Amino acid sequence: MAQCYINGIGSVSTQDTSNYKAFLKNHQELKENIVHVHKPNYRDYIKPASIRRMANGVKNGVVASAIALKEAAIETPEAIITGTGMGCTIDSGKFLKNIVDNNEQYLTPTAFIQSTHNTVGGQIALGLQCKAYNVTYVHNATSFETALIDALLMINDNQTTILVGGVDEIGDYSVSLHQLVGLVKEQDTMSNGILQSNSKGTIYGEGAQFFALENKKKDTAYAELVDVSIHDSIQDNEVQTRLLTFLKNHELKATDLDLVILGNNGDEEYDKHYNKLQNSIFKDTQQIYYKHLSGEYHTASSFGLWMAAQICKTQKIPEFLKLNTKKVTAIKHLLLYNQYRGENHSFTLLRSC
Amino acid sequence: MENLKQELKAKIIENLNLEDFKVEDIDDNDSLFGDGLGLDSIDALELIVMLDKDYGIKISDPKKGKTIFESIQTMAQFIMDNKTK
Repeated sequence: MAQCYINGIGSVSTQDTSNYKAFLKNHQELKENIVHVHKPNYRDYIKPASIRRMANGVKNGVVASAIALKEAAIETPEAIITGTGMGCTIDSGKFLKNIVDNNEQYLTPTAFIQSTHNTVGGQIALGLQCKAYNVTYVHNATSFETALIDALLMINDNQTTILVGGVDEIGDYSVSLHQLVGLVKEQDTMSNGILQSNSKGTIYGEGAQFFALENKKKDTAYAELVDVSIHDSIQDNEVQTRLLTFLKNHELKATDLDLVILGNNGDEEYDKHYNKLQNSIFKDTQQIYYKHLSGEYHTASSFGLWMAAQICKTQKIPEFLKLNTKKVTAIKHLLLYNQYRGENHSFTLLRSC
Repeated sequence: MENLKQELKAKIIENLNLEDFKVEDIDDNDSLFGDGLGLDSIDALELIVMLDKDYGIKISDPKKGKTIFESIQTMAQFIMDNKTK
């Protein structure tokens, strides 16, 4: 396997992350159950003529990708690979509402053009004038991990520079459906107490994280992306076995991990997947979580990877991320484990470099 | 006529997401395309649909569009002369 380095990262999230050099320095506790991104100054990255047709998710994706490419000093990547669970749901809703409201008449092009899932990847390519491989994966909560696997395959196939990211946006209509079926907590919950909320549902967020991956390590490198594994529909008791097999493929045991980054989101119905591992194979390993900062969304794990990359580089773990307190002298191997409502399990292995 | 011009300016700003403009920023004789408001071909489609939906005017000859959409003044005059609702 060729080595794959994260040489640049970019994030637009519910936290002030567009300044990646101040790693969660001024983190904010989320006080509502539906949380929108902390908006960067979009005009610093996107031409005014283009910006007026872009939905939030597109703008966030374009900004995050620009930050990642700039940091890695890449002008034009050899591939743009995007993962999104819901795509451009705001413009999809707008277009569908127009169809209904106007009895299938008077349909205008703008919302339709911007409503497809691959709009983000397309707009990034247009901005860069990049005609290279451009693919968007839409696989629920493993959309981003699928994009990462594609990127790893391309690096292994002698491609040198890949831009890969995860994007999702909050749309009023899709959120109302999430609320209707009980995916969002009914009571507003302060995010730092989310794991003690003892209730179903979670807090929902949005965001865009992009990563400049290359087969060569640069001075800006954060970590080596070692491997990613997806297990969409497995029984509860299979998670541990699959995880140990994944680690074994890299000649690692659970106790070799210096840090595990878990996707706990305070949903008492599904956090048990994490709790089982926390209380067994990871009981002596430092554990952290991140969805109290990002909110839950289909590509929230890209925020987890953004955070993991920062921790790898700085070798520092902020206290407000910790789920337990274990002595960590050096962080070499990190594992991210995420799942969404008992499905879409994924493991991502990083190594410091 | 004056009310119609104000209405058109507000609709154009809202429908075309011209975030930097306010109604008072648009002069009646400013060019809508090119150097004026900088609208493009996708905006032209939006304007054609707006005339049909809001004023019951179907533009059958695309060549006329250039004259009709020259400015707020020409648009308003065309609507006054042809509206069916």
